[in-house]
Amino acid sequence: MGYPHPSHARETPILSQHFGEPEARTLHGWTGRGGYQALEKALSMAQADIVNIVKESGLRGRGGAGFPTGMKWSFMKPGDGKPHYLCCNADESEPGTFKDREIMRWTPHALIEGCAIAAWAMGAETTYIYIRGEFTEPLYWMERAIREAYDAGILGANAMGSGKRLDVHVHKGAGAYICGEETALMESLEGRRGNPRIKPPFPAVSGVFSQPTTINNVETLAAVPQILMKGAAWYKEMSLSNPKSTGTKLYSVCGNVQRPGTYEVVMGFPFGEFLHDVCGGAVGRKKLKAVIPGGASVPIQTMTEAEATLMDYEGFVAQGSMLGSGGVIVIDEDQSMVRVIARLARFFAHESCGQCTQCREGTAWTTKILERIRDGQGTMEDLDTLLDTADNMTGTTICVLSDSCAVPVISGIKKFRSEFEALIQGRRVHSVLTQVA
Amino acid sequence: MAEAKMVNLTIEGRPVSVPEGTSILEAAKTAGILIPHYCYHPGLPVAGVCRMCLVEVEKAPKLAPSCATSVAEGQVVRVYTDRALKAREGVLEFLLINHPLDCPICDQSGECELQDYTFQEGRPDSRYRDPKRFNPVEDFGGDVLYVPNRCILCTRCVRFMDDVAHDTVLNVSERGDRALIGKFEGKDLTHPWAGNVVDLCPVGALLSKDFLNKSRAWELDRTASVCPSCTQGCNVMLEVREGTVTRIKPRPNEDVNKFFICDYGRLNYRWINRTDRAETPHVRTDGQLRSIDWDVAVHAAAALLRDTRAFVLASPFLSNETLHLLSQVMRRNSGAGAFRVATGAEAPLAGVEDLALRRDRAANVRGAELFGFERSERPLEKMRDGDVLVVADDDLDGITPEEIARASQLIVISTTVPDVAQDAAVLLPITNFAEEEGTFTNLRGRVQRFMQAKPAPGFARPSWLVLGDLLGALGAQDSFYLPADVFANIAKTHSAFSGLSYDKLGMRGLPVLNGQASTGTPDFAGIGAGSGGAR
Repeated sequence: MGYPHPSHARETPILSQHFGEPEARTLHGWTGRGGYQALEKALSMAQADIVNIVKESGLRGRGGAGFPTGMKWSFMKPGDGKPHYLCCNADESEPGTFKDREIMRWTPHALIEGCAIAAWAMGAETTYIYIRGEFTEPLYWMERAIREAYDAGILGANAMGSGKRLDVHVHKGAGAYICGEETALMESLEGRRGNPRIKPPFPAVSGVFSQPTTINNVETLAAVPQILMKGAAWYKEMSLSNPKSTGTKLYSVCGNVQRPGTYEVVMGFPFGEFLHDVCGGAVGRKKLKAVIPGGASVPIQTMTEAEATLMDYEGFVAQGSMLGSGGVIVIDEDQSMVRVIARLARFFAHESCGQCTQCREGTAWTTKILERIRDGQGTMEDLDTLLDTADNMTGTTICVLSDSCAVPVISGIKKFRSEFEALIQGRRVHSVLTQVA
Repeated sequence: MAEAKMVNLTIEGRPVSVPEGTSILEAAKTAGILIPHYCYHPGLPVAGVCRMCLVEVEKAPKLAPSCATSVAEGQVVRVYTDRALKAREGVLEFLLINHPLDCPICDQSGECELQDYTFQEGRPDSRYRDPKRFNPVEDFGGDVLYVPNRCILCTRCVRFMDDVAHDTVLNVSERGDRALIGKFEGKDLTHPWAGNVVDLCPVGALLSKDFLNKSRAWELDRTASVCPSCTQGCNVMLEVREGTVTRIKPRPNEDVNKFFICDYGRLNYRWINRTDRAETPHVRTDGQLRSIDWDVAVHAAAALLRDTRAFVLASPFLSNETLHLLSQVMRRNSGAGAFRVATGAEAPLAGVEDLALRRDRAANVRGAELFGFERSERPLEKMRDGDVLVVADDDLDGITPEEIARASQLIVISTTVPDVAQDAAVLLPITNFAEEEGTFTNLRGRVQRFMQAKPAPGFARPSWLVLGDLLGALGAQDSFYLPADVFANIAKTHSAFSGLSYDKLGMRGLPVLNGQASTGTPDFAGIGAGSGGAR
C-alpha cells in the first residue's frame, strides 16, 4: 500500500498489506494474521524442497542486483560440517530507498519468519540482521519482535518445538553507506572497518567469520513466508511482462511527486501509469523531467524513457536504467539536473571507503568538477574530463560504489547535456527548455 | 612436501608455467614482465586496493587485478592492451591529482614507484584544475616521518605493522578522499622493526628521519653486504655517498630476512664512517710508536711472534677469512684466542619465522667460535704471563693497562687505536667490513658474502691481506692475492666448507654448518701443513 497514503486500487499489497496497523507489529497480532504458519510448515519440510520452491517462484534479490534467490540459497551445502550463516541486509542506505524500513517498522515478524525459514533451508543456525544505524525506530521494533519470538519459543534452541536451533541477532551499523555492500557489511559485522572484500572468494564459500554465508535483502526474505504458504505458482503468476521477473515489488517514491510513499505493484506494471496515477503525478502544474528509478546508483531516465518502461528487472534495463532497490526519485522541470547530479556525486564522494584509487580520488574529483559547473565556473573541457574520468571509474574497483558515482554523471551528461552547457556558457535557460526528448 | 601442481598459461604471448595458486602478477615476473603495482608486496598479505595492476584476462568481462587473481590453466593474459593501459593511466592520473609533485624536495625521488610508473605509463599532463588536498607532516615516532600529501593509501605500512610486526600502530583514518594513514591513540612506530615501513612505502610518504634530506637517491653507490649488527646476518645494501655510508637498506633473502631489517641494524652504521681511524702502520722504536713502511711493520710483528706463545683477542666483527688466518697465527705460536660480544635484548619480527634482532650484537660470533676462539666476558683471563698479545680489532673497552701488561708484547691489528693500546709494539691498520670483501657465518651456520662498499682510509689494508702477509713473514707457504684465495684455503682445511667457493656461495649465501652451536673444537686438519709450521 502507498503508506502513509491509503492503498491505491492498482496496487497489489502483499508485503505491505499490514503497513499502518500497529497490532501487526506484535506477535499476537501477527499470528492472528496468519504469521508463523509458514515457518511451522518449513520446519517440517526437507531443506532442499524449500530451496526448490523459492527457485520455482522466480523470486530475485530485491536489494538491487536481482540475483535469483533460490539459486543463491542452493550454493549453501547444509551438512558440510561448517557453521553456516544467514545475513539479512537491512542497511538500506541507497538514497531514495525506504521500503525495508517500512517492513521492519510495521511487520517485523514477517522478516523474522523469512529469516528463520531461509536459515533452516540453508542449514544456518545463526542469522544476523545488519540494520542501518540511523534506523532507530525499526531497530526498536525488530528487537522487540525478536524478544517476543524467543519468548514464544519460535526462535532459540528448539525453534517451534522442532528440535532445530535458530538464532536471530540484530547488529546495528554505524551509518556508512558502504556497509550495505555485502562484503563490507560482513567486515563491519566482524568488528572491522567496513571495507568491501575482494571477490572471489564469494560469501557462499567464505563470508561471515570466513564461513559459508548467504546474504539477502529484507524485502527478499519477507516475501519468503508468503511464497511458502501460497506456493511458487501463485508467486510466479504475478508477472505482467517478462516471466523472469515475478511477484510484487515495493517502491519507495520520493521527490517532486504528489503522493510520496511506499507502493507495492506487480512486476511489469507500467511505470508511466505508476508515476502519474498511483503516485498522483507531479506537484501542482509542474511537468516531470526525469526519474531515478532504482536508488541513486542507477542511470537517470528521461520522462520519455520512464513512460515507456514496464517495471521489472528487464523493463528498466530496456529503457536505459535499472530496477535497483526500487527507490524512485522523481524530478520535475524546476530542478537543475546539474545540481541533482552534483549532489549525488557529493554523496558518493562522502561515502567512498577510500580503498580503491579510482573511487577515492575519482568520486571527489567528479564532485569538484560538477560543483564548479553548477556554480558557473565550468569549462566545456570539464564535460570531456567528467566522461573520461567516469569511464576510468567503471568496472575497475573492488565494489561498485565507484561505478555508481559514474552512472548519474554519464547518463546525466548524455541525456541532459544542454543543461550543463547552459551553465558553462553562462546562459540562464529555464530547465524545461533543456529537456532532451 | 607434495609437489605443487603446475599451471600453464600465456602472458603477453609468452608461455608460463607456475605452481597452482600463484598470482598473475608473480607469474608475469617469471616471464620477465613487471606489471605495475603499488599495494602488492610479496612480503605482505594481498590488499588489491591500488588497482594499478589491472590486466586483461581473455574471456573475463572486467579487467583483473593481477595481484589478487590466481593463474588458471590455459589463461591468456594481456598486460599492454589499450584497455589495460588506459585503466592504469587512469589510476596514475587519480593518484597524482592530489599529489604535491614536489619531487625536487622529496627523498624518494629517483627511487619512487609513482615517478617510475608515471614515466612508463602515465599521462604527460594533468586535467586536474581544482585545489589539492593538504594535510600536515606528522611524526610517527621511531625513525619515521609521514608526509600525507604524498601518500597513495596503498596500506603496505598498515599491513606490515598488523600482519608482520603484529603491532597494530597504524590504520587508515577517515574515508574517501579524506583518508590518510593514522596512528592509534598512544601508539608510536617504536617497534624494533618499524623502520621497514619506510622501505615498503612505494612513494615518499614515509621517510626515514635519519636519512632526511641527506642525499639524492642517484648519488648513492649501492653495494651488497651483510648487516654486521647481530648474528642474524640480514642481507643488506650499503648505500654510500662519496665514501660515506649514508643508509642501510634490506636486500631480500628468502632464507634469512625476507625483505626486512631491524631498526638497530638499519641505524647502526655511523661507526663504519669513523674518521679517527688507524691509517698508517706503526712500529715502536726508541720507546715511541713511529709510522713506518708496511713491509717493515709486518716483519717487526713477525719477529715478535717468532718462538713465542701468542694470545689473540679477536673481534667477532671480523670475517671468516680474517679469523681463519688469525687462527693460523694462534696455531703456529701454540697459542690461544678469545673474543667477547656485546649483547642486548632479543627482538623478534613476529610474523617471520626465525627472524630477530639477536642477543649477540656482532656478525660473526659463530665464525669466531668455529675458528677456535673462546667466547668470554673476561677475554684475557686465559692469556698467560709473557704471551705476545695480538689484539685484532677488539676496542679494548673496559680492559685495563694492568691486564695488558701481563703480555710480553702487544701487537695491535685494528681499525682504530684504543687508548690502552698506546703501549703497542706494532700497530697494523686494517679496513672494516665495509672496506673489504669477505664472509660472515650467521647463527644458523649460514655463510654469506659481503663486498667492498667504500675505500679504505689512509694506508689501511684489508685484514685478510695483512694477516696473510704476517703469516708469510712467519714462514707460511700459502699466499693470498684475493679474499677468495683465503676462502679456498678454508674450504681446503675445514670439511664443512669442502668444495665451496665464493662463486658457489653467490650473493645469498649457503647454509654451510648445521644449526647446532659450535663445540669450539673446529676441524684444524691441514692448517699450516707442509710449511715451516712444524718447527
